[in-house]
Amino acid sequence: MSANLIAMLAEATWQTLYMVAVATVIGALCGLPVGTFLACSRKGELLSAPLVNKVLGIVVNATRSVPFIILVVAIIPFTRMVAGTSIGTTAAIVPLTIAAIPFIARLIENAIREVDSGLIEAARAMGATPLQIIAKVLIPEALPGITLGLTLAVVSLIGYSAMVGAVGGEGLGDLGIRYGYQRFMPDVMAMVVVILIVMVQLAQSIGEWIARKVDKRAPRNRGA
Amino acid sequence: MQRDSTTGAAIAFEGVGKSFTSKGRTVTALEGVDLAVAPGAITGIIGRSGAGKSTLLRMVNGLERPSAGRVTVGGRDVGTARGATLREIRRDVGMIFQHFNLLSSRTVLGNVALPLEIAGVPAAETARRAKDLVERVGLETLADRYPAELSGGQKQRVGIARALATGPKVLLSDEATSALDPETTQTVLRLLADINRDLGLTILMITHEMAVLRDIASHVAVIEGGRIVEEGATYDIFTRPAHPTTRSFLAGVTGVTLPQFIAARMQLDPPAGPSREVIRITFLGANATDPLLAEMSAALGLEVNILAGAIEEIGAQPFGNLLISVAAERGPEARHYLDTRGQRTEVLGYVG
Repeated sequence: MSANLIAMLAEATWQTLYMVAVATVIGALCGLPVGTFLACSRKGELLSAPLVNKVLGIVVNATRSVPFIILVVAIIPFTRMVAGTSIGTTAAIVPLTIAAIPFIARLIENAIREVDSGLIEAARAMGATPLQIIAKVLIPEALPGITLGLTLAVVSLIGYSAMVGAVGGEGLGDLGIRYGYQRFMPDVMAMVVVILIVMVQLAQSIGEWIARKVDKRAPRNRGA
Repeated sequence: MQRDSTTGAAIAFEGVGKSFTSKGRTVTALEGVDLAVAPGAITGIIGRSGAGKSTLLRMVNGLERPSAGRVTVGGRDVGTARGATLREIRRDVGMIFQHFNLLSSRTVLGNVALPLEIAGVPAAETARRAKDLVERVGLETLADRYPAELSGGQKQRVGIARALATGPKVLLSDEATSALDPETTQTVLRLLADINRDLGLTILMITHEMAVLRDIASHVAVIEGGRIVEEGATYDIFTRPAHPTTRSFLAGVTGVTLPQFIAARMQLDPPAGPSREVIRITFLGANATDPLLAEMSAALGLEVNILAGAIEEIGAQPFGNLLISVAAERGPEARHYLDTRGQRTEVLGYVG
């Protein structure tokens, strides 16, 4: 394999990491409040607002039901508005983030709904405000679930990032399509696949390790 | 906290009712409940599951609102309080739970600190008070452990320390010992009694176990079908239960039962020929420990056969139950002797 090819693979790996990382961070920052609100605005919950909950739920479902490759193309005008261009790796972050937000929101909603309602009751009995309950009880208690959810989001976004070649985004997926497939270079394709597998494995292992660290629910040996 | 100017009670329920509407049907959980909880006392509400006791308890800190009547804590109306006013009342009312409801993500110390953080107490003072409380409940060696590493009794101690963190005047106990084994129950009850004595804390507890109330409550209310059917001093309720529900709760606790070989042969009317009368004697108050039977035996020249018996304590007062048999023809004489000495007797039947 030529030095040129190795440099290309290295750059593509970096581009994929860059797109996925930015999309995950922005997606989590937006998905956390949306997911928390989805969990807490259900009927009879802390911030009970069934109608708003329903509408938000429909918006989230609608975004999630558009296939990613369609979403990438459909929001090109929006991408141009945000990124200044609709072509390139940075521009590709926009559709990745738009896909990440509702996905992460649902994962966070599920993690928060898993929290024992007795804890909410105890916090209410202490005189906590709804915001205090969210910040001091719900999110800390849901953290193991949230961590695993974000891990799942990262793995999905690595997959999505392979499709952004359609709008000139680069990265491993794009390299695999243009060199491995269109130029008949099976060694490039094989390298791309191997790097993606390693990347997903690493993401999963790191995510699970963090989740174990923050999970205090199961008793563990604390050493002698 | 000031007390209710009209009743002097720490907690007062006045004509409290609660009904829910579910699937078009109205379900009445509570109806016409009047109850005054004396300040500094331990009061127990006993009832079966679904009797409404949990709803009643949760009205004291506004987790439930009455649909009729008034609930006051220290003279403040809880039912109509909203927002900041309600949160302020809640800081004066601690609560402990059957399943502890501790945060798994926080250590023992962190859990106890939570109500202080919520109340906006400065960090240094929060740390100091949480440490004191953890010591107060005897968990200083476990302060940095997480709830998953604790036993049930230890978790409930954390729950108690947490409930005391904001210095409440009232402590609500929602079946706090129901998930614990009998031995652990005793240690938790002792801790509650100590706290009641040392801090003058008013404790209102709900339970379905009469034994829990016998050990620490000074007052008892019995709830059935959303109404309070009987209430009074624990000693009176235990020794002179008036309502069938109360009696059935007591059956397992103070029930001294006849040995099977006698119960099987017992009949309600004296049979022909020689027979023995089976009598239940309830020893009350100061006389409970007197050697009355020996005295009676000597005074009347009567042969007394003891079938079963127990003496127990309710609060600090002794209370005994004894089943005896005497020759049927001497029965009235024996009962008269005991009745005139302040004991209660009851003929259970005759054995041929």
